[in-house]
Amino acid sequence: MHELSIAHSLVDLVTEHADAHGAPSVARITLRVGALSCVHKQSLDFSFDLAKEGTTLRDATLHYIDVPVAVYCEGCDIVVEPAQPHSFRCPVCGVASGDVVRGKELDIETIEFGVSQSVEA
Amino acid sequence: MQTPRILEVRTRILKKNDETARRMRDEFVAAGVLVANFVSSPGTGKTTLLRETMRRLVEAGERVAAVVGDLETDNDARRLAESGAPVRQIMTHGCCHLEADMVQEHLDWDLEELDYLIIENVGNLVCPTSWDLGETLRVALLSVTEGEDKPLKYPGLFNTSDAAVITKLDLSGPCDYQRDEAINNILSVRPGLPIMETAARTGLGMDEWIAFLRERREQLMATPPVSAAASE
Repeated sequence: MHELSIAHSLVDLVTEHADAHGAPSVARITLRVGALSCVHKQSLDFSFDLAKEGTTLRDATLHYIDVPVAVYCEGCDIVVEPAQPHSFRCPVCGVASGDVVRGKELDIETIEFGVSQSVEA
Repeated sequence: MQTPRILEVRTRILKKNDETARRMRDEFVAAGVLVANFVSSPGTGKTTLLRETMRRLVEAGERVAAVVGDLETDNDARRLAESGAPVRQIMTHGCCHLEADMVQEHLDWDLEELDYLIIENVGNLVCPTSWDLGETLRVALLSVTEGEDKPLKYPGLFNTSDAAVITKLDLSGPCDYQRDEAINNILSVRPGLPIMETAARTGLGMDEWIAFLRERREQLMATPPVSAAASE
């Protein structure tokens, strides 16, 4: 359950952004999660619900952008997505590549602050 | 009605860990310490491999220390200390992986007095993957007893590793270990990965493995230090 550690880091980081912008609440957080990130989204949702209690993120929901693996194929000189998940072969020439360009992401893409009368009053 | 404000962040969720790890790596590299983070399932033989690795390095006059992570007990620290090297146990009390600050808090050695730092991660093939510990070398272990298809089941860890060590080769007969299949599976999830084959109890493959570590340390010493600012 390393998702709980990830959820705590996420809450800390988003809280800093919310505080810096004087936002009283956070409505929605969009994450980019790579296929190789080893994150189970349901577990992260579950952990996030625990970690956000009592914070300005208490009403926030998580949304995910899945990032498939892409490798750089030296022979073809292209960045390309392998045909099968967890295959690292260029679908054009069939040669395996160790140069992973995308797929390891575990990033916060956007934070959507909540609507509030008092935000800029 | 105000529209919600959307902030583009584009930051790693584990940014704080990554920053700590990067500072640690800069210090390790500047001090010429090769740091290797060993990750595997529980029972792959990490502690036995590392105890023998450290014993050989100590006997050769090299300066090595280790930190070892487990949920509970200091059994592994005591086993590693049989090598003659100083060891610190990190008890994570339920946490399934090591994080950079846990390692940092247990580093009570002068880095200038070290050549190698071994980090034995918590036995787990999933969770440690996301945490950079400031290592130069992440090593994934696979034992002949646990099935040739482990790399296919846990591609994230093998893909982010810098080397793989196959352990318990002395048990390959009773386990009907299929060498070609295991190696092909590792290479299919991490093309080009250096693979060492060992049996720490008999010494098989240990000379090659130690030579690999020495070579990596020489490469590290030849690398000009990169400042944290430059790698931003």
